[in-house]
Amino acid sequence: MPKLSAIITLTSSLILGIGGVWIAYNVDMLPVSASINAPVYDELYRVLFIIGCILFIGMTALVIYSLIQFRRRPGETGDGINLEGNISLEIFWTAVPAIIVLFVGLYSYDIYDRMGGMQPLMHDHSSQMDNQAERVWGGIGSGPIETSLSKDSPSLPIELNAMQFAFIFHYPKGDIISGELHVPVGREVSLKMESKDVIHAFWVPQFRLKQDVIPGQPTILNFTPTKTGSFPIVCAELCGPYHGGMRSNVIVDEQKDFDSWLKENSKESI
Amino acid sequence: MTISVKPSNSPPEKLQPTGWLKYLSFSLDHKVIGLQYLVCGFLFYLIGGSLAGAIRVELVSPLSDFMPREVYNQVLTLHGTIMIFLWIVPVVNGAFGNYLIPFYVGARDMAFPRLNAVAFWLIPPSGLMLITSYFINGAAQSGWTAYPPLSITTPAAGQIIWILSVLLLGGSSIFGGINFIATILKLRRPGLKLMQLPMYCWAMLGTSILVVLSTPVLAGTLILLSFDIVAHTGFFNPSLGGNVIVYQHLFWFYSHPAVYIMVLPAFGLVSEILPIHSRKPLFGYTTMVFSIMGIVVLGLVVWAHHMFTSGTPPWMRLFFTIATAFIAVPTGIKFFNWVATLWGGKISLNAAMLFSCGFIINFVLGGITGVALAQVPFDVHVHDTYFVVAHFHYIVYGGSVFVIFSSIYHWFPKFTGKMLNENLGRFHFIITFIGFNLCFAPQHWLGLNGMPRRVAEYDPQFQLINQISSVGALLMALSTLPFLWNIFQSSFYGDDAGDNPWNALTPEWLTSSPPPVENWKGEAPLVLEPYGYGEKDSKEPQEQIK
Repeated sequence: MPKLSAIITLTSSLILGIGGVWIAYNVDMLPVSASINAPVYDELYRVLFIIGCILFIGMTALVIYSLIQFRRRPGETGDGINLEGNISLEIFWTAVPAIIVLFVGLYSYDIYDRMGGMQPLMHDHSSQMDNQAERVWGGIGSGPIETSLSKDSPSLPIELNAMQFAFIFHYPKGDIISGELHVPVGREVSLKMESKDVIHAFWVPQFRLKQDVIPGQPTILNFTPTKTGSFPIVCAELCGPYHGGMRSNVIVDEQKDFDSWLKENSKESI
Repeated sequence: MTISVKPSNSPPEKLQPTGWLKYLSFSLDHKVIGLQYLVCGFLFYLIGGSLAGAIRVELVSPLSDFMPREVYNQVLTLHGTIMIFLWIVPVVNGAFGNYLIPFYVGARDMAFPRLNAVAFWLIPPSGLMLITSYFINGAAQSGWTAYPPLSITTPAAGQIIWILSVLLLGGSSIFGGINFIATILKLRRPGLKLMQLPMYCWAMLGTSILVVLSTPVLAGTLILLSFDIVAHTGFFNPSLGGNVIVYQHLFWFYSHPAVYIMVLPAFGLVSEILPIHSRKPLFGYTTMVFSIMGIVVLGLVVWAHHMFTSGTPPWMRLFFTIATAFIAVPTGIKFFNWVATLWGGKISLNAAMLFSCGFIINFVLGGITGVALAQVPFDVHVHDTYFVVAHFHYIVYGGSVFVIFSSIYHWFPKFTGKMLNENLGRFHFIITFIGFNLCFAPQHWLGLNGMPRRVAEYDPQFQLINQISSVGALLMALSTLPFLWNIFQSSFYGDDAGDNPWNALTPEWLTSSPPPVENWKGEAPLVLEPYGYGEKDSKEPQEQIK
């Protein structure tokens, strides 16, 4: 009998494990991935989804099985078994979640590091040479902030001013002001964000990136688009009555299309 | 040393009104106060639920066409505030805590009956104040988080009334917390040790510690915020040199523990209900106690996971990720223990049991998305989206509210001496469970695909899923009808329950239904094994009580 129940437990956990992996690889709930961040994010998402599916389906199945198997039949009286606990079981279900949680934590730390999130905070020397004390906070980025500010770096600096209820982008090169964000594909963008009134948030779901835009606290967000096209920019922090309407687009172009856009608009605004 | 309370210490009975009038009076009886909390909380739940209905109607179409945008923001602010501060916190703590804790420790009332009545009577006026602010000059419209600078720049009257009302409700919560700690630690019947108390006492002890440690921080923060609004100080106002991130730290230092203030008592209630209806001892009592205390300690050091996109330094993100994820360990222990409690039992599939099992399933999903949200890289995509909305409704509705319904089905016979109709109860469960999951499960997808929370208008590609979600909300609204009918009908015409319809061992069942003033006619029973069910010795339950 113990042998049989061991076999049943083993088989059902095996089916559960395979089922969890199958679901995670066949149910796609994420939008298009369009930055070098996104595939890394999707990798983490998949691992979390596998673990989540196994745990959720397993627990639900256990509860439903118990309710059916151990239900009180008509006319049945009396109590269940008098079982107050089991030390080895308790140790087992303390240790296993602890190991899973530790694994997930370390893995997501690694993912976060690969996204460039663990870079130390830097003072922004490029725009605030006269005011060394002003702090610029790093958001998640595709590379170290230091590199993006050094001269040989190819990163494209753009400034973002968020206000109720619009995103205003400013290109220092060409002094262009735009309500939409135009960026070239495959090149790192360094977005310096500041808010004039309340807290907003800059979110591009296809880039898997979000950073609050905070008044009195300039923030730099680095990202590298990998797909051409138009993607939504969404404000994700409640900012007033028109919060839901505070949307824009990021238009990712080939380098040459971007250059011609830059050229066209520079002429007009200068 | 334990202190025994003699009946003569309590105020004379004749000062208290009798009949139904006592429920509208400044009664000092813990059972009356408990039911006052419950009924008052349920009335606010109906208001908060109507506001949720208004939100779901607005979201049926992608345009902002049902109500003005300002009103929408007021509605979502009031919905959040009412559901947290006027429904879940008062009911899982105040209602069941007041009713059950004195029974469980073998006392005739709470340690401070007058403070207890004050704590309750703070709630109706502050709730009414909060709701009527809508008719004065518009209610607060900066969300229940009231982040500055938005809360400083929106119309001041509504925001100030919101602050006053939350301060009063926080005060009520602190009074309650002090009372529970004193009652559990100091009013225990002689001979009853801490490790012999029913699990709900431990949950309330842990919760009350959280309330007493963290609510004052919220109070201080809101007072500073009100200075910023009325006196134009600059604590949180960046244009006057203030720092908005400091507010977030202070706010979440309370408001993350607030989640545990809403779910820990629910964990305690489930731990009482499951053993009785599966006729088995609670599995792993000692680890359950330690996991409650583990959640209390960890719950105090995880607040910054609400701020991963606010520009917090990397070391802080790392620390709060690990700390948050580790809460899954003590929480997981509790869930495995509950399933082990079911295992091998003789389970009655009544409404109380079904709602408790529904809670387990919903909360496991909410917990899994919670561990995912604790991971910084995962959170930067879904923070402040409908994914988070789905997650916390799985915790507070799928968790706490399911437990509240389960508890009402379980303790209604004790409250009134009448049985609820079980078939209507099962019907109520099925509609609620389907409606709830239909409403909130699709919202995970919405969040992952780009719909932020707190919006009145959205990208038209999300319309279908939002409509499905609204149908779920409609089902949830309809599900309260069989419940209300059941309560109404059973209160008058229900079957007689007798003193102990569930054949339970915990002390509240060892007296008449409804119990007399001061709980027992004679001496309080000494229950050393509140979970002593099981076939090992086939004595009658009552014989096991020494």
